[in-house]
Amino acid sequence: MAWTWFHRLGSPPYVYRLAARLTPWFAWPAALLILGGLYGGLVLAPADYQQGDGFRIIYVHAPSAWMSLMVYVTMASAAVGLIWRIKVAHAVAASCAPIGASFTAAALLTGMLWGRPMWGTYWEWDPRLTSELLLLFLYLGYIGLRSAFEDLQRADRTSAVLAIVGVVNVPIIHYSVTWWNSLHQAPSVMKLGKPEIATAMLVPLLMMLAGFTLYFGAVLLVRLRGEVLRRERSTAWIREALGA
Amino acid sequence: MRAQASARPLPLQETSALAAAGLVLARDLRLAFRRREQLAQPLAFFAIVTTLFPLSITPELSGLRTIAPGVLWVAALLAGLLALEFLFRDDALDGTLEQYALSGQSLTWLLFAKTAAHWLLTGLPLAVVAPLAAGALGVPANAFAGIVVLIAVGTLALSLIGAIGAALTLGVKRGGVLLSLLTLPLAVPVLIFGSRATELAIRGESYVAPLELLAALAVLGVTLAPLAAAAAVRISLE
Repeated sequence: MAWTWFHRLGSPPYVYRLAARLTPWFAWPAALLILGGLYGGLVLAPADYQQGDGFRIIYVHAPSAWMSLMVYVTMASAAVGLIWRIKVAHAVAASCAPIGASFTAAALLTGMLWGRPMWGTYWEWDPRLTSELLLLFLYLGYIGLRSAFEDLQRADRTSAVLAIVGVVNVPIIHYSVTWWNSLHQAPSVMKLGKPEIATAMLVPLLMMLAGFTLYFGAVLLVRLRGEVLRRERSTAWIREALGA
Repeated sequence: MRAQASARPLPLQETSALAAAGLVLARDLRLAFRRREQLAQPLAFFAIVTTLFPLSITPELSGLRTIAPGVLWVAALLAGLLALEFLFRDDALDGTLEQYALSGQSLTWLLFAKTAAHWLLTGLPLAVVAPLAAGALGVPANAFAGIVVLIAVGTLALSLIGAIGAALTLGVKRGGVLLSLLTLPLAVPVLIFGSRATELAIRGESYVAPLELLAALAVLGVTLAPLAAAAAVRISLE
């Protein structure tokens, strides 16, 4: 059957073993890409003619900001568990939330550190920082709602509804905040056509983006195994798998 | 005990979704009007919050006029939020929501009716008294009509967003803080468009564009929020 692989993804023992097998395939490329990207970004890339060396924080800031959104979308996609009642999908969503909140916090912190020399202040009510802050609140609300229920199933299903509501709102919040106030420099990488950023600066940035994405995959797989262990702790296959 | 009553079949099947929603709306309004003194509470809260700003910032009307849009919207948002916690709670506790879910009627429509009642009881009165607060903050009288319209449309969107939060936090003990944490980030667009439009109205400029955006948010809320709230209520009843 063509759908066998999909159905197997709903089985906790299968996913537990698959996650263990896949983790190194994400972790090693992530480590190589991040190390290479850091070397390229911090050593090889030339200093920016306006911002000097201060721009180099972009190599952590931009990938973190990118991941903060991507993790949210992953978390909301895992809400399909609501429709087909896939236990593992809820475990994925539960594993995503703290990772996403951490990336969001990292993006905020690096943005503030960059703002100190560039704007002369740690905090500027700039639209992108502000919508990142609101994204952090969304994550905190999600984590709060999830932890508010004793019953795991209810926690899973209720927070899945919130994730879907949130993902509808993220673009609305983002654009309303952009419309509210625009001070930030326009994005230069994502523009269509020729990017305005020099190749020596761009290549490490893309390496960091890919590295962060793979790093997220690796951390997600590790957390997912922990989450599956916690959820299935009273089942027979866990004792078998752990050799206890 | 009530053999006669149960022998008579209930005419639920013949009630259309709209009629059922109308019955729920009428019931909620009637219940609210039996406790008239509670109806005034969000309004009193709104008045107190707007009083805090002159006391804490400056009593000068010229200074207050610049912050008036923000003050009005934050106060309206918080006043609506305060009443949200009880939007579904009492009906969940006494089993009414469960009966709604089992009635064969669309739960989405019934919850929409409850949310509409919430707006009629808090949002609309807030819009009516907002010019009083605005006047006290030094807003010229020619902006009053705009403020009433804007607050009315904005609070409709806020009630709908809040209904999702209230449904999600059903069954959470002391869920009030969590409800605010969930609802306030989602309410940011309403706050932004609302206070921007109010600012334009105070300056005597056209506020049609942000009003349209506000109305778009309200329409989006009308179409999607009751669906999400119904899904959340169903989960809480399992």
